[in-house]
Amino acid sequence: MDNVIIKTVELSKTYKAGEIEIPALKSASIEIKKGEFIAIMGASGSGKSTLMNLFGCLDTPTSGEYFLDGQNTSKLTKNEYAAVRNQKIGFVFQGFNLLPRTTALENVELPLMYKRTNHLKDYSTKAKLALDKVGLSDRMHHVPSQLSGGQQQRVAIARALASEPSLILADEPTGNLDSKTSVEVFHLFQKLNDEGITIVMVTHERDFAMFAKRIIEMRDGKIIKDVAVKERLYAAEELKKIEAETNAE
Amino acid sequence: MQPKIIFKVAVNSIMKSRMRSLLTALGIIIGVAAVVVMVAIGDGAQLQVENQIASLGTNLIIITPGTSTTGGIRGGAGTFNRFTMDDVEKIKSEAVLISGVSPIVQSGGQIIGGVGNWFTQIQGVSPDYLEIRSWNLKSGEFFTERDVMSRAKVCILGSEVADNLFPDEDPVGQQVRIRTIPFKIIGVLKSKGQTAVGTSSDDLILAPSKTVLDRLSGRRFISSIQVSAASSDKNEAAQAELKSIMRESHKLEQGESDDFTIRDQSDLAETATETSRILTILLASVAGVSLIVGGIGIMNIMLVSVTERTREIGIRLSVGARASDILIQFLTEAIVLSLSGGTIGVALSFLITYILNNYSDQSAYIKPEIIVIAFGFAGAIGIFFGFYPAKKAAALNPIDALRYE
Ligand SMILES: Nc1ncnc2c1ncn2[C@@H]1O[C@H](COP(=O)(O)OP(=O)(O)OP(=O)(O)O)[C@@H](O)[C@H]1O
Ligand SMILES: [Mg+2]
Repeated sequence: MDNVIIKTVELSKTYKAGEIEIPALKSASIEIKKGEFIAIMGASGSGKSTLMNLFGCLDTPTSGEYFLDGQNTSKLTKNEYAAVRNQKIGFVFQGFNLLPRTTALENVELPLMYKRTNHLKDYSTKAKLALDKVGLSDRMHHVPSQLSGGQQQRVAIARALASEPSLILADEPTGNLDSKTSVEVFHLFQKLNDEGITIVMVTHERDFAMFAKRIIEMRDGKIIKDVAVKERLYAAEELKKIEAETNAE
Repeated sequence: MQPKIIFKVAVNSIMKSRMRSLLTALGIIIGVAAVVVMVAIGDGAQLQVENQIASLGTNLIIITPGTSTTGGIRGGAGTFNRFTMDDVEKIKSEAVLISGVSPIVQSGGQIIGGVGNWFTQIQGVSPDYLEIRSWNLKSGEFFTERDVMSRAKVCILGSEVADNLFPDEDPVGQQVRIRTIPFKIIGVLKSKGQTAVGTSSDDLILAPSKTVLDRLSGRRFISSIQVSAASSDKNEAAQAELKSIMRESHKLEQGESDDFTIRDQSDLAETATETSRILTILLASVAGVSLIVGGIGIMNIMLVSVTERTREIGIRLSVGARASDILIQFLTEAIVLSLSGGTIGVALSFLITYILNNYSDQSAYIKPEIIVIAFGFAGAIGIFFGFYPAKKAAALNPIDALRYE
């Protein structure tokens, strides 16, 4: 139990759209250990985001149980839920979800401001450190509209890293990015994973899923496949290949 | 979150949405300024009327011969008795609730002196008269009891008379001839302008009562007696006292009706205050409407921005903000906006009333309680509409707030 970070038991989520009930997640049981790098795949509407939102404590399940770091989340109060989001999880969205008209630095500072134990003076230092990690120190005073998609997503990743969580959840983090920029993002994820951070991400592309260590496939709200990646790809090498190709042209 | 951070986040947020903040504040500014100025104009008008009535002398009591018809019963024949100096003397020696008494001896005629001649009315009065009417002298001095006793040929000019006969010099010390009799000018009255009832009280000449009675031909009797009550709250009692003195003086038997009428200015005062009170109510309702319009403006802006703000709340919740963090932030924003808007509104209303008072005929007077009411109301609207949508959004799941459309 010690090295298990995520454990779900018969986790289900049913959306209600008026009279109609949509079972988006059906009794999913899964276990993820610390240090893993997981890619969740599946057709559109198969329930990937639903599962990720439950992992991220952004939504509450209809039934079943979700243990995060050994803690049963269904027993938590709303404020404890907020504290879990703040300290244990870094969430990266497909659509970045940065605050508009707000600089990269201020966006990264956001989770630190809501950290109750934090001291006022060191939150900007920590935010700068996180921006440094994603290679955007020179852009910290730029607002999202002045940044490219890849840069915006890196700011979002820096925000996810800022409060030093042990788990990063990324729902189609490269869905809005071109392939080279995507590989750069995966390179960053692999580096973070090497440092010991558990990563769970959703992706549509099998090529990108190969950057992970384990692939979970979903269909109609159910987990249908759960396999280890045999021939893992390394983003650093892929980047070198891409560079060689562009130089050859 | 520490208060310092909360305040910083709120101010940042206000500065980042300058247009929205400005429009919100504008609603409050206009609402507050409109209410304060409108009510100030109403109160100013009321004050002006009150001052005019005060300058007329609310303490003023006028006794005229004959019974008035306003009481409904008209006295029979033979009840008309002219007033004599004895009546005046008796009032003067017996009445204790009064501060002054003066007979009015009306006369009129051609005045010659200075640059030409002027036709005006001449009033024979006592030295108390100036105080009874709360009039003031522009220059010179008023006559004394001694002048009355000696039937001195001295007079005081009304400012209009002085301006017409002596346009370029001070008339004090000069002579005029009233119906060929030379009078020495010893004083000039200060101009009183139009009175509330619309007549000018500047076109007259005042002289000692006995001088007018004995030296000037014409109507040689006392047309009325004017008295000032010791204070306005003693007015009623003074009238009762005067009534019994006059009845005694005229030797009226029990049951015999009065052969004189006592009036004061309260009738006039009542109608005038009533009129200005209606004006105040009218202006206040117009102001109230503008406050509501301002409030609706604030509400619109807040509702329009709610989508954008709900996403912002979703982002904040997703990185670990508590619902209470969000509420405190939005409440602080709304309070900062309402307070600054309200302060600017009050400042603006002070500026407008200053301009009105100094550069127009309109006088405006700001009552402190109106500031409190307007400020409080606009603030409540701003805070409610800034805070209520945030309260709803903060209660959502983070993911629902992020998806909000
Ligand atoms: N808020 C919601 N209300 C109602 N139904 C919803 C809601 N969110 C998702 N669903 C439904 O739940 C099912 C699963 O949705 P989910 O977003 O988890 O799919 P997904 O696997 O992430 O798809 P995609 O690859 O397109 O992102 C879908 O049928 C979707 O229509
Ligand atoms: Mg999805």
